Amino acid sequence: MKAWKIGDDVNTDEIISCRHYPREDNSELGRFALEDVFNEFTENAEKGDVLIAGDNFGCGSSREYAAIAMKATGISCIIAKSFARIFYRNAINIGLAIITSENAYDKIEENDNISIDFNKGLIENFTKNKKIKFDPLPEFIIQIIQKGGIVSFLKEKDLDDMTNDL
Amino acid sequence: MGTIVEEIFSKKLKRKVKAGDVVIAPVDYVMSHDTTTPLAIEAWKKIKKPIFNKKKIVIVFDHYYPSPEIKSAKTHKKIRTFIKKHNINNFFTQGVSHQIMIEKGFAVPGDIVIGGDSHTCTYGALGCFSTGMGSTDIGCTWATGKSWFKIPETININVSGKLKKGVYAKDLILMIIKLLGADGATYKSIEFSGNTIENMEIHERLTLSNMAIEAGAKCGLIRTDKKTKKYLKKKIAEIFPRNPEYEKIINIDAGKIEPQIAYPDRVDNVCDIQEIENKKLDQVFIGTCTNGRYKDLEIAAEILENKKVKCRTIIVPASNNILKKAIDSGLIDTFINAGAVVCNPGCGPCVGRHQGILAKDETALTTMNRNFRGRMGSPDSGIFLASPATAAASAVCGKITDPRRLL
Repeated sequence: MKAWKIGDDVNTDEIISCRHYPREDNSELGRFALEDVFNEFTENAEKGDVLIAGDNFGCGSSREYAAIAMKATGISCIIAKSFARIFYRNAINIGLAIITSENAYDKIEENDNISIDFNKGLIENFTKNKKIKFDPLPEFIIQIIQKGGIVSFLKEKDLDDMTNDL
Repeated sequence: MGTIVEEIFSKKLKRKVKAGDVVIAPVDYVMSHDTTTPLAIEAWKKIKKPIFNKKKIVIVFDHYYPSPEIKSAKTHKKIRTFIKKHNINNFFTQGVSHQIMIEKGFAVPGDIVIGGDSHTCTYGALGCFSTGMGSTDIGCTWATGKSWFKIPETININVSGKLKKGVYAKDLILMIIKLLGADGATYKSIEFSGNTIENMEIHERLTLSNMAIEAGAKCGLIRTDKKTKKYLKKKIAEIFPRNPEYEKIINIDAGKIEPQIAYPDRVDNVCDIQEIENKKLDQVFIGTCTNGRYKDLEIAAEILENKKVKCRTIIVPASNNILKKAIDSGLIDTFINAGAVVCNPGCGPCVGRHQGILAKDETALTTMNRNFRGRMGSPDSGIFLASPATAAASAVCGKITDPRRLL
């Protein structure tokens, strides 16, 4: 998977400007994600690519459109040094995979070819021939993401079903 | 044993939890407003499960009430239909959601409250764990009665000494946000303590907790005491830290703080008022969940008494109760005589939907909690943040003014 790289404090307005929503079909928001700050990504990112970000990704508003737009780009994961708290939750809730890793930012350059093992907490950088460990997400969060979001998860299960995993 | 947030979750879950733990916990109240309820309804409908307990749901119209245009009216109508269909009785339109939550007794010490609004952290001042979430989280909690939480590490902000004349809780929290930076407390709990906080009245503590999110914090907690009990007028659980382990302790000398101003377009762009005095203003706005409470209005009225404002001045009490009290005590007379406009309780112009939108190149000084670019209207307008006293003094002079010149 190809890595794209962006800096610190990317805010919810930069992720998706409010001029693009609300609209009938939110999956169209992916075409505009990061257009004002990282147009090369907006134009060229492909399904499965990974975005590597600095600190405080998704800061600003609690609006979910930011996470929805990032998911709609088709990327497989955002790896950031840190995320703003509400964006972090919104991403998990809509089934957008996210990883917090300080190391990844330093050890991955744009265009590197990488893969991610969520269960093992391991990122492999094939270009640099490096392995980067990260703290795996709790099991139930991985399940929520794999189900495509908390809404799909709750259709089948109750939050209490997960209590034993915590 | 632990920080306030660890104490609250340990008691609720009847087992010891510590920072870093991820838990699923019951939610005592779940609040949303006219902006965040529509997407919550969509999420809840998709889950296809009944509402866990309609008495625990609170919906408030505050961001643009009464409806300022047709699109808003349609959204309000849609939410009202949902409320009626599901017999949700806790539906209010008489003020800012956070003030309503407090006045109606939904913010209880030791409880866990979530809200579809980032300033839900306000009730931390009452020893209540409360935090903002997105709409999907709100919809999920309607179905489950629960939510998942990562127990945060805590930064203890210990404030001692007496604030100078003309310096208030708002100045203190602006100074703290400058110190921490806009992401200085991301994921974390802030615990405010020290004799300055102990001596503060609850309305001042609410101003502190309200702005915890502006440093990225999940919650801004203050232990309960006699003042909390008196304010809530009922028996309350005593909430306080026990042998806490803080990630960081920051000591602040309250006596050294000057009136503070946050300048466009970041809340952590903060300076002493002396550095920015005399900046010309087009508009002053006093109100919001940060500073629209009765005492805030009283401080403003003291300064506006027998004076005339020199720029557009908008005053929005945080709730109808506050408005009524301000009518009875004559504060509203003072505002009207000074030439101010008093609008109906709610968020007012704080979210840029109505009641005082700014045009290009206009500048406002407000008692709000955020000054992001374009928040009150044109992306080419500027917002300054300050205390109600600074706002009132600045209204009288038509420019940024140290309130001590008029007190």
